[in-house]
Amino acid sequence: MLEVNGLNAWYGESHILHGVDFEVREGEVVTLLGRNGAGKTTTMKSIMGLVPRREGSVKFRGNEMVGLMPNQIARAGIAICPEERGIFGSLSVTENLMLPPIVAPGGLTVEEIYTLFPNLRERAKTAHGTKLSGGEQQMLAIGRILRTGAKMLLLDEPTEGLAPVIVQQIGRTIREIKNRGFTVLLVEQNFRFAATVADRHYVMEHGKIVDMIPNHLLESSMDKLHEYLGV
Amino acid sequence: MIMIFGIPGPLLFGQLLLGLINGAFYAMLSLGLAVIFGMLNIINFAHGALFMMGAFVSWILLNYLGIGYFPALILSPLLVGIFGIILEKTIISRLYKLDHLYGLLLTFGLSLVIEGLFRNAYGSSGMPYRIPEMLSGATNLGFMYMPNYRGWVVAAALVVCISTWLIIEKTSLGATLRAATENAPMVQAFGVNVPRLITLTYAGGVALAAFAGVLAAPIYSVNPNMGSNFINTVFAVVVIGGMGSIMGSILTGFGLGVVEGLTKVFYPQASATVVFVVMVIVLLVRPRGLFGKAA
Ligand SMILES: Nc1ncnc2c1ncn2[C@@H]1O[C@H](COP(=O)(O)OP(=O)(O)OP(=O)(O)O)[C@@H](O)[C@H]1O
Ligand SMILES: [Mg+2]
Repeated sequence: MLEVNGLNAWYGESHILHGVDFEVREGEVVTLLGRNGAGKTTTMKSIMGLVPRREGSVKFRGNEMVGLMPNQIARAGIAICPEERGIFGSLSVTENLMLPPIVAPGGLTVEEIYTLFPNLRERAKTAHGTKLSGGEQQMLAIGRILRTGAKMLLLDEPTEGLAPVIVQQIGRTIREIKNRGFTVLLVEQNFRFAATVADRHYVMEHGKIVDMIPNHLLESSMDKLHEYLGV
Repeated sequence: MIMIFGIPGPLLFGQLLLGLINGAFYAMLSLGLAVIFGMLNIINFAHGALFMMGAFVSWILLNYLGIGYFPALILSPLLVGIFGIILEKTIISRLYKLDHLYGLLLTFGLSLVIEGLFRNAYGSSGMPYRIPEMLSGATNLGFMYMPNYRGWVVAAALVVCISTWLIIEKTSLGATLRAATENAPMVQAFGVNVPRLITLTYAGGVALAAFAGVLAAPIYSVNPNMGSNFINTVFAVVVIGGMGSIMGSILTGFGLGVVEGLTKVFYPQASATVVFVVMVIVLLVRPRGLFGKAA
C-alpha cells in the first residue's frame, strides 16, 4: 500500500531524514517508534509533501508521491492527523469536521464518527474548534479524516498528553477502523499503547529506520526496545 | 423648516447621505483589502487602481460597445477580476515567500503603472458617466429629497458587503477560506488546491473593487486618479477597523463615512482630516484596531 524507499528530507540546511525505508501493507497498523527528534514527524510530513525539500521514493498503491503537491497526495487517498492536531480556531467544531473534502467513497458518515466519539456530537455547536479540550480536539482531528474516504491514515502521536480513558477510546477507534479496512501509520512514544493496536513496529534513530519488530515479538524484545527508546 | 442642533434638517440629512455613500465605498474597498490580506498576507496597494479600472471598463463598455450600466455592473468586475488573476499568477505569487513589504511595494508600483497607462490614454480631466435612466430622479422621503442613484448605491453596497460576509462566515467555501487563512499547508494537505484558492481570493477582492468602481462612475467623474483619491482614506479605515476582520471592515467603512459627513456639517474645516484623527486615537487606545484579533 505504502512503500517508502531512500527517503531524505531537509529543513533549510538541516538534513533530517537520511534514507528512510519501510513499507505498510494494506489493512495493517504499523507504528514508528523512536526518541524525541528521531524524525518520526518529519517522515509523516515528507509522505504528505509538507517538508520544504525531499528526495527518494514514496509509492502509494504503486504511484510515486514524491514530486506531487500535498493536495494531490491527499486526493490520492492519504490523510494526516498532525502532531499539533491542526484544529482551526476560526471554524466551529462542525466546520472543522466537514472541512476536509471527500477524496474517495467509503469514508465514515458523520453519524458513525459521532458514534465513535460521542463527545463530538455534544460539542458540535461549539463556535471555535480550539475551545475544545485537548482530548476532544484529538477526536476531532481523527474524526474529520475518517470522513474523507482516504484509506491510508497517518496518525502522529494521537495519544500524546491525554487522559487514560481517552487513550483507550482512541485505541478502540484504531482497532475499529482497522477492522473496516483502513491502513494506519502511527507514530507513538508509548509502546505499551502501540502494542495494543499495531501489527508491526519500525524503530527510528537519527533519521533512519534501524529495526523492525513484529508485534508478537514485542514482549521478547523489551530490552532492545528500552535501549532504542532510552526509557 | 426642521432644525436639529441648530442645523437645518435637509442639510444634516443631505450630508449624512453623502457620508453613507462615501462609507459604502470605504466598506466595499476595505472589505476587499481585508479578504486579500487574510489569504495572501499582502496589503494590496493596487486596490485603488483596480477600483478605477472598474469605472473605466464600464465607461469603455458604454462608449465603445454600447453596453449599458447594469450589464457593466457584472461584466466589469468579471473582466477586472480576470486581470487580477493574471496579475496574481504572473507577478504577485512570486512574492509569497518574502516579507510583507515586498508585496506592498510591488502592488504600489503596479498601481502607478496602471494609473499611468490610463492617464496616457484618457488624460486626467475625467469623463462623465450618465446615471442610468431607471435610477435618475429623486424621491421625497418627507424629511429630504433623496437622489435615487445615491439610494441605490447604498443599497447595492450593503447587499454586496453582507453577501460577502455571509459567504465567508456561513458557507463551506468560506470555512475553507478561513481555515487557509489560519494554516494554509494543513488545508492543502486535506486536498484543497490552496494556490488556486489564493488566486481566486485575489480575483474576488479585485472584483469587489471593480464593482465599487462601476457604482462610483456616475457619481464621481471617471478619471485615472479616482482610486488614489479614495484609497488613502480606505487604508485609514482598514487600520481603524483592524486588518483581516470582515464585519469590522464593513462597519468601520460605513461608520467613518457617516462621521466624515457629520463633521462636514458641524466643523467643515476638519472634514478632510477627521478620519485620520480617529485613526490616531484608535491606534493609541487599541493598536490592533477596533475589530482586530490578537496576533
Ligand atoms: N520546522 C523545522 N525546522 C528545522 N528543524 C526541524 C523542524 N522540525 C523539526 N526539526 C528537526 O528535525 C529533527 C526531527 O524532528 P521530528 O519532529 O521529525 O522528530 P520526532 O521524531 O517527531 O520527535 P518527537 O517525538 O519529539 O515528536 C529534530 O532534530 C528537529 O529539531
Ligand atoms: Mg514528532
